[in-house]
Amino acid sequence: MAVPRFWREIPNRYNLVGARCGNCNKILFPPRSICPSCRRMGKLEPYRLKRQGKVLSYTVAHVAAEGFEDQVPYVLAIIELEDGPRLTAQITDCNPDEVKIGDEVEMVFRRMGEESQDGVIYYGFKGRLIKP
Amino acid sequence: MDVGIVGYGVYIPRYRIRVEEIAKVWGENPESVKRGLLVEEKSVPGPDEDTATIAVEAARNAVKQAGIDPQDIGAIYIGSESHPYAVKPTATIVAEAIEATPDLTAADYEFACKAGTAGIQTCMGLVEAGMIKYGMAIGSDTAQGAPGDALEYTAAAGGGAFIVGKNGSETLAAIEGTYSYTTDTPDFWRRDMRPYPRHGGRFTGKPAYYKHVLSAANGLLRQLQLTPQDFAYAIFHQPNGKFPMHAAKELGFSREQVAPGLLTPMIGNTYSGSTMIGLAAVLDQARPGERILAVSYGSGAGSDAFSIVVRDGIENKRDAAPKVLDYANRKVYIEYATYAKFRKLLVK
Ligand SMILES: [Zn+2]
Repeated sequence: MAVPRFWREIPNRYNLVGARCGNCNKILFPPRSICPSCRRMGKLEPYRLKRQGKVLSYTVAHVAAEGFEDQVPYVLAIIELEDGPRLTAQITDCNPDEVKIGDEVEMVFRRMGEESQDGVIYYGFKGRLIKP
Repeated sequence: MDVGIVGYGVYIPRYRIRVEEIAKVWGENPESVKRGLLVEEKSVPGPDEDTATIAVEAARNAVKQAGIDPQDIGAIYIGSESHPYAVKPTATIVAEAIEATPDLTAADYEFACKAGTAGIQTCMGLVEAGMIKYGMAIGSDTAQGAPGDALEYTAAAGGGAFIVGKNGSETLAAIEGTYSYTTDTPDFWRRDMRPYPRHGGRFTGKPAYYKHVLSAANGLLRQLQLTPQDFAYAIFHQPNGKFPMHAAKELGFSREQVAPGLLTPMIGNTYSGSTMIGLAAVLDQARPGERILAVSYGSGAGSDAFSIVVRDGIENKRDAAPKVLDYANRKVYIEYATYAKFRKLLVK
């Protein structure tokens, strides 16, 4: 990922800032410039999504993506946020056998990777299980 | 002084390693290590955690507990000896992640384990002068001890964040005074581009930790004309479990005054987080009207002492975010091999 793109996306990556359409109330994440339902009638405004959600589906990665070598095996999940949007994120701080479909998660701030050893560090959100 | 604490928050990583597990690798006797340090286990950051991520979670908890608009935070100072970048402030990352940007001042502080409390003093000054409405001071670290060094048993990870504001209905505790004691004492240091600190062994005790902690505490007691009996609780920087207990005894504080804020036996030394997490643990249980002494220590060397009086506001606020014991008790043990992987000690 290039540094300018990371920098532009900081509000979404750090704070789950998406968009809400003032016309149909639909919440979009990542944010878009046009509401897919209302098109030209849409009125999109920045909207910070709640950090709570639940696991809809997940997979265990045994072959790491670049930069994640020290984290295998790790869990990648589709998370449905309380506000509606779904996103793909890693579930951090867990053994793969701790995760179940339907588990409640909260989105937390973690290191996502780095450009290189002397490059920029990318931060963003990962899911973390909320256990009673 | 008319400033106080509006909110506070902490974070401690989930992973723990026991003294036994480390001692096994180096052929040491775990019982004598535990007896010597009064430490059972320490927290270990996950592979995707660093000083910034720890600071962010602590800061978000503090904002939540304070119930303030983060846009009203006019200053953020982050004290650490493990900032993720050598040049590029952690404070900007945290400010962005709590939505306090862009109308604020921010900087990183460095003073071994007391850089976080130095940030509290800066915020107190700025608030008292009317330059800002709220200031946030954070102490956060992912401390590393060289493998095989005595520090490896205690060097841990965690952080605490405090929001300072003018005394009023929002403040959960008033800071009635602060006093610092600073000298040039080379007890512990890390040179630029070196991964691990070095320390002066036994030299770290008497002329370093005790001299500064006791002098700062006595200086504050003198200034405010208070005695140990005026305090319900006392927190002293905790590089291990032994030093703060010994400092307390020297000053005339009892075990009961110190125990609630003594976290190092459970989580290790969180460096810049240490005094701040200890203070947070005490605030988690203190009652309105009770007085708290908090004394940090940073090698190099210096101590900041604070006298804090709990106010009525605390009852409504303290359940709004996770408490110190919530994080301290939420734990998973790892063995040395996993620890080595997480801390990037493996050569590939
Ligand atoms: Zn719409």
